[in-house]
Amino acid sequence: MNSQDLVARLRAGDRRSLARAITVVETGGPQARELLAAAYPYTGGAHVVGVTGPPGAGKSTLVTALALEWRSRGVSVGIVAVDPTSPFTGGAVLGDRIRMQALGGDPGVFIRSMASRGRLGGLARATADAVAMLDAAGFQVVLIETVGAGQGEVDIARAAHTTLVVEVPGMGDDVQSIKAGVLEIADVFVVNKADREGADKTVRQLRAMLHLADRQPGDWEPPVLTAVATTSTGSAAIVDAATRHLAYLRETGLADARARHAAERELAAAVQELALERLRGQAWHDLVARIARRERDPYGSAEELFNALFPG
Amino acid sequence: MERKIRVLVAKPGLDGHDRGAKVIARALRDAGMEVIYTGLQQTPQMIVEAALQEDVDVIGLSILSGAHMTLLPKVTQLLKEQQMDDVLVVAGGIISDADAAILKAQHGIAEVFGPGASTQDIIKFIQDHVSVSRE
Repeated sequence: MNSQDLVARLRAGDRRSLARAITVVETGGPQARELLAAAYPYTGGAHVVGVTGPPGAGKSTLVTALALEWRSRGVSVGIVAVDPTSPFTGGAVLGDRIRMQALGGDPGVFIRSMASRGRLGGLARATADAVAMLDAAGFQVVLIETVGAGQGEVDIARAAHTTLVVEVPGMGDDVQSIKAGVLEIADVFVVNKADREGADKTVRQLRAMLHLADRQPGDWEPPVLTAVATTSTGSAAIVDAATRHLAYLRETGLADARARHAAERELAAAVQELALERLRGQAWHDLVARIARRERDPYGSAEELFNALFPG
Repeated sequence: MERKIRVLVAKPGLDGHDRGAKVIARALRDAGMEVIYTGLQQTPQMIVEAALQEDVDVIGLSILSGAHMTLLPKVTQLLKEQQMDDVLVVAGGIISDADAAILKAQHGIAEVFGPGASTQDIIKFIQDHVSVSRE
């Protein structure tokens, strides 16, 4: 099936075409580029919400509770759930669906599991592309659940409009909360498992950390909310906060600025992929071997290859 | 360019024993496949819906309850209705040879693996029978 047909079918609500399209973008290569190009005009409509946090914090359960809340408001929800690929075998067990059973049988929900396939930032290479397919298919909210993340996995902040950082009580002292990384990317904090001892303390520590930040009047102040995702407690307030955050991005023009940055990254990535594909011939492999033997250096070699591709 | 074998491992019906399913999930992962594990007590509808969304090449059904002659044909019938008969369906569990023969001959189950089947045999069967260039 050609890309135009596939896009037409997934836009018409054909779920099998949507599933197949996600496989195509996940596989990559020229066919993926063609499909992404065909779908591009129909993207940009979805509110993309990232959910990140340490393993076991309850991300899958929270994603389910939030999806149910959005569904109760008549909003359709796509979900991309990323789990790690084994660095040893290349295989993966993707288990996020286990906790998403409550969403089964609802045509307004589409769930796709993704293996990280060697990427270390908490997402897979093709996560944003899979989101684009769900977006083109008309899902109004797309939730991305990252790999269980600690302190450095911040790719989600670029892939999503709104990033929810999920914490649980008892994860460490208050110095943890002023370290760099995941805590800096939160647009909304969720203290999950808030029925457990120490939840109040975790909330207080996060709020105290936020007060240390140098915030200008009118800047978004990340709310610290509590949840018990297993009973859907707190999901309405979280959905409200995420919705307010999107409105804030639009009103302040930040949404446009982010779109520009995203466009630049997408263009750069596409150029890079295309250039590498063109350059990977015999000369490439010869150069790789010579660089490995220290007969050549990578910098001069890159220039040589590039000048061959773009003479003058 | 990667095109990994994607497998849905599911437990149809009501029995609560998923050790076998987990052993298989782990073995397939170690063979480099991407395994989507859906957990216990799945209806045939839930299994086919998940297989569709995940665009899997293989469905592995683990069943110990004795309801295999009802539930397994239901899964393959729903797959046919969704025009997903290109998905390879294998089963494992306590299934008699006589039942296995019927499931294979009449109900689109590609293979049945009983107790004592080696994970290597299961991996090899899947690798041999999935057409990775399934377009």
